[in-house]
Amino acid sequence: MGAFAYVAPQSVDQVLAELVEHNGSGKRAQILAGGTDLLVQMRSVDREPRTIVDIKGLTETNRLEIGADEIYIGSAVPSALMNENAELKALLPGVMEGADLIGSTQVQGRATMAGNLCNASPAGDGIPAMIAAGAVCDIANGSGGRQLAVEDFVTGVGTNALEPGEFVLGVKIPMPAANQRDAYLRFIPRTEMDIAVAGCGVNLTVEADGTCSAARVAIGAVAPTALLVPAAAQALIGSNLSDDALQAAGEACTEASSPISDKRGTAEYRRKVIAVLCRRAAAIAKDRAVAAANA
Amino acid sequence: MSRLHVETSVNGEPREFLCEADQSLLDVLRDELGLTGTKEGCGSGDCGACSVMVDGRLICSCMMLGAEAQGKSIETIEGIAGDELHPIQQKFLEHAALQCGICTPGFIVAAKALLEKNPDPDETTIRYWLAGNLCRCTGYDKIIRAVQDAAKELARPA
Repeated sequence: MGAFAYVAPQSVDQVLAELVEHNGSGKRAQILAGGTDLLVQMRSVDREPRTIVDIKGLTETNRLEIGADEIYIGSAVPSALMNENAELKALLPGVMEGADLIGSTQVQGRATMAGNLCNASPAGDGIPAMIAAGAVCDIANGSGGRQLAVEDFVTGVGTNALEPGEFVLGVKIPMPAANQRDAYLRFIPRTEMDIAVAGCGVNLTVEADGTCSAARVAIGAVAPTALLVPAAAQALIGSNLSDDALQAAGEACTEASSPISDKRGTAEYRRKVIAVLCRRAAAIAKDRAVAAANA
Repeated sequence: MSRLHVETSVNGEPREFLCEADQSLLDVLRDELGLTGTKEGCGSGDCGACSVMVDGRLICSCMMLGAEAQGKSIETIEGIAGDELHPIQQKFLEHAALQCGICTPGFIVAAKALLEKNPDPDETTIRYWLAGNLCRCTGYDKIIRAVQDAAKELARPA
């Protein structure tokens, strides 16, 4: 019976070396960022001793940068720090709504968007709006790294596309256009501190004449993974975001969903409420896009 | 596996300790450093009883490893009072904002963090900020009143 070990590498190469050393020899290493899922799991469902590799000491994982073409959110950046960035909140209000719904003030002092993604809960509130925003995972590995769209990263309940020897450095989001904004809505039976029954992220680009020229819609908690719903986006693109267009987008979300019934809600209820969330999130994203374009 | 040696600062004083790799900061504070003011409620980040500040940020100490405290600055409930109680502590007493007291250190640490960031929060802001601190005795209203009153007290010119 082994014991837990803890290492805090200071470079990407050192992290990769730890992963290779431990995962190649029948031992096990696991990445620690904010730890708000990992520490809970270490004390409940997965007590197996392993080497904890803390990635918060890396320059790369602490990047929170708003560049000319993209926004970079490092995998060690806690959502509380994101929340203090007024420019980020103005550019990606929907992504921030997702981040702000994850856990309490205390949890947000540690929790990261990349961690929410790697934990791969079907109900992760950080994921749908990132998919809608076109976010891409920046993955480090021993062969120069790779990029993977967020919608392709989560592969099932609690599983992700990381290969042995890989870890997430951060998430890259294309800089929204002046007339492009997003929104995320989730439904829970109370106002705070709960797990999503259903959630919907919508990212819209709205032209001066009111026409929607680009859209991405993603749904959460209504399938084994969060899903991009191209049919919902197609219902919005080219429309003036009329009630009929929103209705069609909502129906596309219902169609794309495959929810379970559990203590939070029945499958039938989730199929219905995901359409409502889509319509409402689209209306909010539209208002934000118009306001941003006129600002 | 040998224990890890960690050097840190707790309530402004340099402290060092030895800990196991999987030992939480909460367990280190209570069992290695004898600072038992920080309480364990759930041990899973849900109740806020173990709230502390790490490098100026409010966290649950059950959700952080002791080993992660290397080089960090930690503030606990023990560091809040000076020669006299901090106004937040005083207002919790005056408003009877506690009964059993297990949640109280966490509420006070969290409320202090809020008032340092936002000296004049409205009630909704206070309630959302403290949503991660659970109290099963008071029903919260007295706690909210105490924090509101403490904010007023702290805003008064000295």
